[in-house]
Amino acid sequence: MQSQATYNYKVVRQFAVMTVIWGIVGMLVGVIIAAQLVWPELNAAEWLSYGRLRPLHTNAVIFAFGGCALFATSFYVVQRTCHTTLFAPGLATFIFWGWQIVIVLAAITLPLGITSGKEYAELEWPIDILITVIWVAYAVVFFGTIGTRKTPHIYVANWFYGAFIIAVALLHIFNSAAIPVTLTKSYSAYAGVQDAMIQWWYGHNAVGFFLTAAFLGMMYYFVPKQAQRPIYSYRLSVVHFWALIFTYMWAGPHHLHYTALPDWTQSIGMVFSLILLAPSWGGMINGIMTLSGAWHKLRDDPILKFLITSLSFYGMSTFEGPMMSIKTVNALSHYTDWTVGHVHSGALGWVAMITIGSIYYLIPRLFGKAEMYSVKLINVHFWLATLGTVLYIAALWISGVMQGLMWRATNADGTLTYSFVESVKASYPFWTIRVVGGVLFLTGMCLMAYNMYKTIASGRAVDDAPVIAPAHAHAH
Amino acid sequence: MDINDLRSLFTVLVFGAFIGIVAWAYSSKRKQAFDEAARLPLDDDEPASQENAVGQKHN
Repeated sequence: MQSQATYNYKVVRQFAVMTVIWGIVGMLVGVIIAAQLVWPELNAAEWLSYGRLRPLHTNAVIFAFGGCALFATSFYVVQRTCHTTLFAPGLATFIFWGWQIVIVLAAITLPLGITSGKEYAELEWPIDILITVIWVAYAVVFFGTIGTRKTPHIYVANWFYGAFIIAVALLHIFNSAAIPVTLTKSYSAYAGVQDAMIQWWYGHNAVGFFLTAAFLGMMYYFVPKQAQRPIYSYRLSVVHFWALIFTYMWAGPHHLHYTALPDWTQSIGMVFSLILLAPSWGGMINGIMTLSGAWHKLRDDPILKFLITSLSFYGMSTFEGPMMSIKTVNALSHYTDWTVGHVHSGALGWVAMITIGSIYYLIPRLFGKAEMYSVKLINVHFWLATLGTVLYIAALWISGVMQGLMWRATNADGTLTYSFVESVKASYPFWTIRVVGGVLFLTGMCLMAYNMYKTIASGRAVDDAPVIAPAHAHAH
Repeated sequence: MDINDLRSLFTVLVFGAFIGIVAWAYSSKRKQAFDEAARLPLDDDEPASQENAVGQKHN
């Protein structure tokens, strides 16, 4: 305690609490639209219709739930591993409130039907500008903190967070380039197939850098912390970091197989998607093997269960993704529920579970408690989340393959065997199972909110955690 | 030399850079520095204070 400086936990606390709240909101909207597919009468009003709520769901879970989780953990991790307090704390406050305003604006404009129509980038141009300003502030705070670090080395988690911040800035600026017509309407700066390619260059790298690289940053801090062991191979972390960076940018075309996109571009997208398996599994192996020799910790530590299960889902979905990018497989899977199931094995299994584990680690530390109010409830949450995810993805695998097979089936005379609506009818049982899976996952999040509330109610906001001098001698 | 030659050249250069990174990461000279780096998150624990023993119940 040589220095009087303290870690800035305020902004971490704000984002951590909002992660849980926005998680519930975003997943509730997800459950509603899943139910609308089964019971179409639930499309009660225009602004409550599936088409309006679906982008609200994706924006809420990715940018509100995922975004808040990334701000919270990155600000915590960068301070702890750089042994310094947050750079420009005023800007950090601006980032928090600015991001909440973006989320509220999204929640208002999307149900009103105000959208630029680009998937995962639906928000209209004034909100896009606000996001850009916040993102620049984020880069200043994050890289400023790294610049004032007290350690010679920049820990690998910060490399992943840093790559995420830079790549998302690049993606957001280029994909959101548009000609404004009115305050609430703009048209893309690109046309035709170029517009589609830029959209999916953005879309896939939103997956690659927002939902993968950044959450790997989370993994590289919270898995070693919770397991109390250093990462399995630091060398592997360096190599798979650069492999991921070099490869992800090229995988976007696999979203446009069998479209107007030139064939060679589709093939490049497919090849790079297949190569991506290696760096993705590098991260998965590195995280899981960190537990090697200490597997017993999994038995009674539900936080570790969340973290390690998330890596298993990460490994599973990053195997499935390259397989689905193969053109012949894609001919079956494209436009079916299989894609939606794949996304959720990544989103629920990987992104949400690693977030939940990390937030359970953070909350007691931010509120001066030894552990969460109820460790038992974390365990219940773990099983609800796992069961919910498995039900969801298994149901959509079956309905997806079934839809693909029905759509391509032809009679001897070359006519289609099934009409489209027959495939819709056949999907109902699986869509119902999906609703059940979603409800289980959402119930787990509600338990988490209760657990968090009880922890905070009996705790206190920690604002006096002293910045630790970096250890050079390792007498641990 | 047209732009496509430059593009091919860039691909080769980036691949070379990646091979360089692998060689650098796995050179024995880097071992100690990486071992120390790997301990960074573990060495940030609080000294004896109000927050001590946080989350270490299972050790």
